[in-house]
Parts: sequence; structure tokens; C-alpha cells
Amino acid sequence: MATVKFTEEHEWISMDGDVGTVGISDYAQGQLGDVVYVEVREAGASFNKGEEAAVVESVKAASEVYAPVDGEIVEANKALEDNPAAVNTDAEGDGWFYKIKVTNVSDLDGLMDEAAYKAYVAELD
Amino acid sequence: MSTVTGNRGLQLEEKLIFELNSPGMTAVDLPNPHEITNVESRLGNAARKNPIGLPGLSEPQVVRHYLRLSQKNFAIDGGLYPLGSCTMKHNPRLNEKMARLPGLADIHPLQPKSTVQGAFELMDMTAHWLKTLTGMPAIAMSPAAGAHGELCGLMSIRAALEARGDARSRVLVPESAHGTNPASAHMCGYQVETIPATDQGRVDLAALKGMLGDDVAAIMVTNPNTCGLFEDEIIEMTKAVHDIGGLVYCDGANFNAIVGRVRPGDLGIDAMHLNLHKTFSTPHGGGGPGAGPVVLSEALAAFAPLPYVVHGKDGFDLIEQADDAAEFSSDAKPYGRMKGFHGQFGVFVRALSYMLSMGSDGLRQASSDAVLNANYLMAKLSDLLTVSYDGPCMHEVLFDDRFLKDTDVTTLDFAKAMIDEGFHPMTMYFPLVVHGALLMEPTETEGKETLDEFVDVIRALAEKAQSGNTQDFKAAPRYTPRRRLDETKAARNPVLVWSPGRAPELQAAE
Repeated sequence: MATVKFTEEHEWISMDGDVGTVGISDYAQGQLGDVVYVEVREAGASFNKGEEAAVVESVKAASEVYAPVDGEIVEANKALEDNPAAVNTDAEGDGWFYKIKVTNVSDLDGLMDEAAYKAYVAELD
Repeated sequence: MSTVTGNRGLQLEEKLIFELNSPGMTAVDLPNPHEITNVESRLGNAARKNPIGLPGLSEPQVVRHYLRLSQKNFAIDGGLYPLGSCTMKHNPRLNEKMARLPGLADIHPLQPKSTVQGAFELMDMTAHWLKTLTGMPAIAMSPAAGAHGELCGLMSIRAALEARGDARSRVLVPESAHGTNPASAHMCGYQVETIPATDQGRVDLAALKGMLGDDVAAIMVTNPNTCGLFEDEIIEMTKAVHDIGGLVYCDGANFNAIVGRVRPGDLGIDAMHLNLHKTFSTPHGGGGPGAGPVVLSEALAAFAPLPYVVHGKDGFDLIEQADDAAEFSSDAKPYGRMKGFHGQFGVFVRALSYMLSMGSDGLRQASSDAVLNANYLMAKLSDLLTVSYDGPCMHEVLFDDRFLKDTDVTTLDFAKAMIDEGFHPMTMYFPLVVHGALLMEPTETEGKETLDEFVDVIRALAEKAQSGNTQDFKAAPRYTPRRRLDETKAARNPVLVWSPGRAPELQAAE
């Protein structure tokens, strides 16, 4: 069972070895409304935690998606180009944004697990 | 209820102009080129091989088509237009009369300078008023709109920094900024970072100071900001930025709140655009064009773009080349041009007409009345709607959707229901710093009667939503020529050009 962690900026990251799959949470897609466009940096792009890794645009607003940890993109979800709606229908599954090779797996220790994230979101409402 | 034609009363179902095509129909009679045999074409390879594809219509058909389309428009001439951060104010008819004077309307930018001295004087006088109102020593008149002005100001900042051998890389922008701010900075080659806000809806000064460093080129602030609040720590902010060698851009979109009361130059601003189509009553939206002159501080004055009007030896002169600029003033270092000619001249005429007819006392009263009107709305609505930040506000008042919590009515539904009641909605979902924003800016144009009608409608709708009657909201708008458009489909599958056989799809978004 893969470990899923969440950030305060509503990204999730699911680890498989040292590669994490990253997307935005179901709560985040609900707040954004219908997603109409997703732009993800190309494979090979590397960045530090907190830097902009993708942009998601909904009928309400355009928002940045930040890297939850330091790393390098190994694969972008090209399917979102033609089907951005996947972010709404399956945010934490088919609606993933990119896969990232994580520099320090221990960086994930600072992120929230699912229960902690649920509690965090409940506080926001 | 349906009619044979699909029309309702005299509201006609207007077809696209391509669907009105009658091949061969034309508004002018020209000799048939095929009958002219003794003329050799000089077009060579550039001669058209296929029809151009324009529809054929008679002149009355064209006139009616565009008139009918214009009748579907909502305009400030038709009613209250409370879009926040847009300053949709009345365009006095005097402005239009002035803009149509033959000596101002029938001139060309390439005319000999000696024949348009009056036009140059008008530009110089407009510039003088704008510099005086903002307390700034220099101005670039050519930018064509607010965002163009932002780019102009940032290019001046970059030019000034590069001239001292220190280009720098970061621009800091508050999270409540207009989206054009980060876009302009990015376009100018800067890395954009977001300054957090306080729970008072203003820039977090301590956080800003923490982000400053010798790689910060500039900050971009909006004052009053998009929450309708005055940034009361602006002087500390600009001082902190100047202390690290950075410059301060101010988004002047909300200048209407402070004209005649606050001079941005006194606040430490280095560059600010002025939306003449907002603050100075020139046409706005589809009726434009706009204009976005940029006032510049002493630090940036030498880096104003070309062209500009100066007082020359033999009357007014237009400086159009870098060499001429250097000859006129030895420290001038223009970075080039923002626009083909001198700026939106017809808009300058209207703005100057407004300023001269209002006078400095009138301009001051207008900004005061704009602030009073926004506070009137806040006072009349705060008990039923949820105001995001405590007042008093400036020229616009920000509510969020907490008052709709658990009603199943969204800000969008609320706005559509306002249309059914005959009111253009306020700005929605902006600024992004609050949830489901409703940003209302009545401007000084509106009298108490109009504001009271507006308040009655908003209150009635809020009570209706809170009473659980959501049906009318979900169905809204019910009385418009088209019902609610499918924004999602329009954004995911935009159809931007007409092509034969695709016309019915254009209407499928309903």
C-alpha cells in the first residue's frame, strides 16, 4: 500500500520507491470548480519544494500547483491536456498531474497523512 | 412560450453575419473586374486565387445586424454597472462633443508637426494634469491600456536597474493583486513571488520585509487594494523597498478612490498607470479603446518610452528617436516604443475634457462621492451579507459567500438572479483572497435612488436564498435572450471562429 501524504496547499503525493505521483486533493478540486486547463512542466524539470510545478485553471480562477518536495519530474500526465475534467472526477486517481523523482524521501515526513489532512480541511470549512 | 420566428416581442434572434450571406449581394456597385480587359494586374503571386469568404449583404442589413447586436449589450448608459475594480462611471456627453471637434478628430499622426500644435498642446496639458494629480515629475502617455501601462512601468524599472548594472530577478506581488500584475512582471522577465496578506486584508508588512533582498527589482502594489481597502502602511512599504535598492510599481486601477486627496508620488511610488477609461470617464469595455498613461518618479523619468511631447524652441515638438531624446535632455535613456504612434489621442481629449470641466475641486468631490457610495452599500447590506473586512471601505466593498453557506446558492447563482431582476452583477470570485467574492463598486455616478433600488434587490435575493427558495437561483437567468451559458464547455471546447456547417454548434452551449 503506497503512502499518501498531503500539503497545506492541497497537493497530494503518493510514493512508490523514490518516485512520487502528485496531484491536487479532492477538496481542492471542489473549491476550484470545473477545471478547464492544466499545464504541467515537462519531464526533466527539477525544482525545490514550494516552487511552481504546474498551473490549473478552472472557470473561477487560475492557480499554481507547488512541488511538495524537492525533485525532478519524470513524467507529466499528458492525458489532462485533452481531458482536464479528470481532475474533477478523480482528483486523487486519474487526475494526477506529474510523477516526481524525490531527492530526499525523508522530506515527506513533514507532510500530513490522510487523517491529519482531513482534520486540517475540516478546520477550513 | 414560443413564437413562429423564435423572436420575443421586438427582441430578435440575431443570426451570425455569415448566416445572413446572400452571395453576390453588396452595398456598393463596383465595375465588374472581369469586364476590364486592358489592365494588367501587378499583384503577381499575391493575387487571390480563391474567394475571400466574406458574406454578401446590403448596407441596411449590415446596419441592422450591428445595431441589434449592440441592443443586446449592457452599458453604463443603460444602468448601474457595479463591477468592482472596474470603475464603470458615466461618460459625460461633453467629452464626446470635444472629441468630435474637427480640429481634434480629423487629424493624422503623420501630419507635419507645425499643423498639429494644438493637438500637442492638448497632450501636454493632459500630461500636466495627470502629473499634478499624482505628484509625479514624468509621464509616458503612449500605453494603450492598464496592463500595457504595467508593462511600460516595469520596462522602465528594468531599464533603470540595468543602467546601474544591477538588473535583479524578483518582483513581489500581493496575493490580492489583479492577475495582470504577475503576468506583466513575468512578461518582463521577472520571477514573481506572492506577498501574503494580513487578516485585515492588507499587505503583511513584516512578511514583505522578510522577502526583501538585493535581488528584488520591485514590488507591485494596488492602493486602494482590490479588497477596497487603503494600504495604510504604504509609506513603510515603499521605504523598505527603496532601502534595498528596489522600486515600487502601483497599479492605478483604483485611483478613482483618492483623486484630489492622495498623491501617489508622496507615498513613494515610482511608477503608476492611470486607466483613463476608469478614473477619467472615457469609454470603457466594448466602447473603448482604453488608455493607460504611466506616471514616473524622478528615479525613472529618464527611462520613459518614446515618443513624447516636449516644449521645443519653435513651439511643441514630438521626440520620436533616441538621438533626439538625448539631444533634448542629456540624461534621457528611452528604451524604445510601446505603441506605433503617440497614444490614444481621442481618449486624451475626453479625459482632458473631464478634468477641465470638473476642475480640481470637482475631481476631489467625485472621489469622495465614490467612497461615500461604496460605504452606503456596505452600511445597507452588512447585516444580511457577510462583509469580508471591517469598514470603512474605499471606493468598493467586498463581500464573500459566507452568507450563502448551507443555502446551496453560489455566488454565480446569485449573480445570475440579479440579471433577472434587471441589475448587472458585481465582480464575482475576485479577489481570490476571500471565498466566493462579491465585489461592488457603485462609483460616484449613482444617486441615492439607484443605490436604494440596488440595495432592495440584493436584500430581497439574500433573504430569498436564506429562506431556502433556491429554485429561482438555479434556473437564473430566466428572462434573458439566452439562459445560463455552459462556461465549462465553452472553456474546454472553445469555438472561436465561424466555419461553414458549424453554426448550430455555436448555440449548443445553452
